[in-house]
Amino acid sequence: MYRYDEIDQQLVDARVAQFRDQTRRHLAGELGEEEFKALRLRNGLYLQRHAPMLRVAIPYGMLCAAQLRKLAHVARRYDRGYGHFSTRQNIQFNWPRLEDVPEILAELATVQLHAIQTSGNTIRNITCDHFAGVAPDEVVDPLVWCELLRQWSTFHAEFAYLPRKFKIAVSGSRADRAAILVHDIGLAARYGEAGEVGFRIAVGGGLGRAPAIGEVIREFLPWRHLLTYLEAILRVYNRYGRRDNIHKARIKMLVKARGPEAFAREVEAEWAHAKDGPATLSAQDVERVAVRFTRPAYEASLADHDCRDPAFLAWQRRNVHPHRVPGYAAVTLSLKKTGVPPGDVGADQMDAIAALAERYSFGELRVTHEQNLVLADVRRADLPGLWRELRALGLATPNAGLLTNIISCPGGDFCSLANARSIPIAEAIQRRFDDLDYLFDIGELDLNISGCMNACGHHHVGHIGILGVDKQGAEFYQLEIGGAQGPHASLGRALGRALAAEEVPGAVERLIELYLERRGTDDERFIDVVRRIGIEPFKERVYGEDHQESQAGRRHLAAA
Amino acid sequence: MAKIIRNRRLDDDTWRLLEAGPLLAPGEDGFVPEFPAGDIIVPLELWRLRGDELTARAGRLGLLLAAHDEPESIAPDLARFSLVAVRFDKFADGRGYSLARLLRERYRWHGELRAFGDVGRDQLLFLERAGFDGFELRPGADARAALAAFGELPDAHPAFRRRAA
Repeated sequence: MYRYDEIDQQLVDARVAQFRDQTRRHLAGELGEEEFKALRLRNGLYLQRHAPMLRVAIPYGMLCAAQLRKLAHVARRYDRGYGHFSTRQNIQFNWPRLEDVPEILAELATVQLHAIQTSGNTIRNITCDHFAGVAPDEVVDPLVWCELLRQWSTFHAEFAYLPRKFKIAVSGSRADRAAILVHDIGLAARYGEAGEVGFRIAVGGGLGRAPAIGEVIREFLPWRHLLTYLEAILRVYNRYGRRDNIHKARIKMLVKARGPEAFAREVEAEWAHAKDGPATLSAQDVERVAVRFTRPAYEASLADHDCRDPAFLAWQRRNVHPHRVPGYAAVTLSLKKTGVPPGDVGADQMDAIAALAERYSFGELRVTHEQNLVLADVRRADLPGLWRELRALGLATPNAGLLTNIISCPGGDFCSLANARSIPIAEAIQRRFDDLDYLFDIGELDLNISGCMNACGHHHVGHIGILGVDKQGAEFYQLEIGGAQGPHASLGRALGRALAAEEVPGAVERLIELYLERRGTDDERFIDVVRRIGIEPFKERVYGEDHQESQAGRRHLAAA
Repeated sequence: MAKIIRNRRLDDDTWRLLEAGPLLAPGEDGFVPEFPAGDIIVPLELWRLRGDELTARAGRLGLLLAAHDEPESIAPDLARFSLVAVRFDKFADGRGYSLARLLRERYRWHGELRAFGDVGRDQLLFLERAGFDGFELRPGADARAALAAFGELPDAHPAFRRRAA
């Protein structure tokens, strides 16, 4: 992974001192509420329903053992002993005191972590494929480009006050595991005809209130032009994006208003001035970053394990992933155990995971946008031993890619924006589907839950998406089906009227029943069946007259 | 005399900003008012209507741009001004930062580029990096204390400092 040089360290240290002074001036009454809000947000600090929330960046998902131990320390000392991994490869602490935040940031800076631009109307944390550098289907290793983008976007003066937040994701593999088409800019690294690295550029994807799939505005951009081209996109957005209405301020709205072709022409016209100019990347610029990446020293010709324990094999089938180096595997540590809020990790677990990373995976780990952790470089022969240790820690639930691997925002239990709670719904669904054989039979299924329209739980791109809505002060849940992330990303369509919380698990169960009835072959996934037969049969199954729960729901609604 | 920040130092401000309204149309007496003497900053629309008169008078001339103004349209005239000022109606409206880079890098404006309006100390550093060198802070702000803001963050890696100049 990338190790800071002197300038990187000076920047984060100076940022801590700057924020310390801003906080002091605010607490002394010298810095007003509105201006301090803009400043604290760009340091990751929200003021939430119960307490502040601090969002710490895990740049493109890469974390080392010392950093995870520091996060455990922060959780223990300044919080209530746990942290929450979000869908953008960040970790959030829900209980720190405002007065403590400068000190927390100072502690994080000692291990090359920061909360810079994790919120506010700025370029946010750059996200990436959690198997970057190890995936067999990878075409271009995106990590060096991610780090270059992190450095370029950090404190970018021109884009410090954008109309709205701005999210960039990078993928270098055929299977897009970074959901790049639902980002403001999605970069797909690939090789051009002349054999040089470049990027396909999609703009204007996003979730939230008006979900949209990104529009490709350039099929191939040679790497030298990456920064000048991104600056052209951002300049067009910064100058012409709407600032009068927060709900219409994302770049997707500008792309839509102009039309993708017209928007692309505007970007190209702006870029024509900057192309080959001073911000053009040189081989030395890339090399400067590349040499600071440590790479695992893989051993040659390793043996495999011969464990035949059925429970182990079930886990291996779901949570162990292929690796480009023979004898190695990547392993998902599931943070989706039933009864634990998705993405939550306790401080003791963090310390234990850090120790496992050191013993099994070169001291490094990854954070996924599906809110799990990954040990990316495990010797296959070590898998049974690792599995036993993970099981003892409650991190070996064999559900990666399955229905109970639910993506969920913190929801109304924690977030002041939420219309409804997410975590109890996730738990109720996990309890309904606690039979592993049944879960395995259902196969790959993404179920995502958001507590409000802001869609932090990515419900629009869940094969089944659940959205919390408020109806006259009561919590209800809108189901969507047909959404998907990846190279064939699509947005889900609403199934029908919103359901009461207690109706949701039954409705999901009926969706699954119909899917299993209509599935053609064992490897036809839920999303494939939805695409083949449409949503009508599913709608009928959930809302058909003969369903008692649905009737009860209507009475409940009438009474609400 | 009012104090502004110029090139990271407190300085006297001799400039006076003219509001366009009264100077665009004849008053009740049927005459368009005269321009005052001294250094004046005029809005783009006033320059477009009465540019010749403005050039003919004694005293230096400054141009006022709003966040939404297109610098391309004024580029051929820039040589006739001694100062360009960009108004920030709200500190969180970042369009002025792009405007500054365009003026400096594309339209080769080398004179004073001043930010004014809702400008506070915590914006100074990035405003300067975008190309501003003059700052008129919002009323009530402590300009002397604000000077410390320029030193708060070190420069980025050289690769990200390269700009057209």
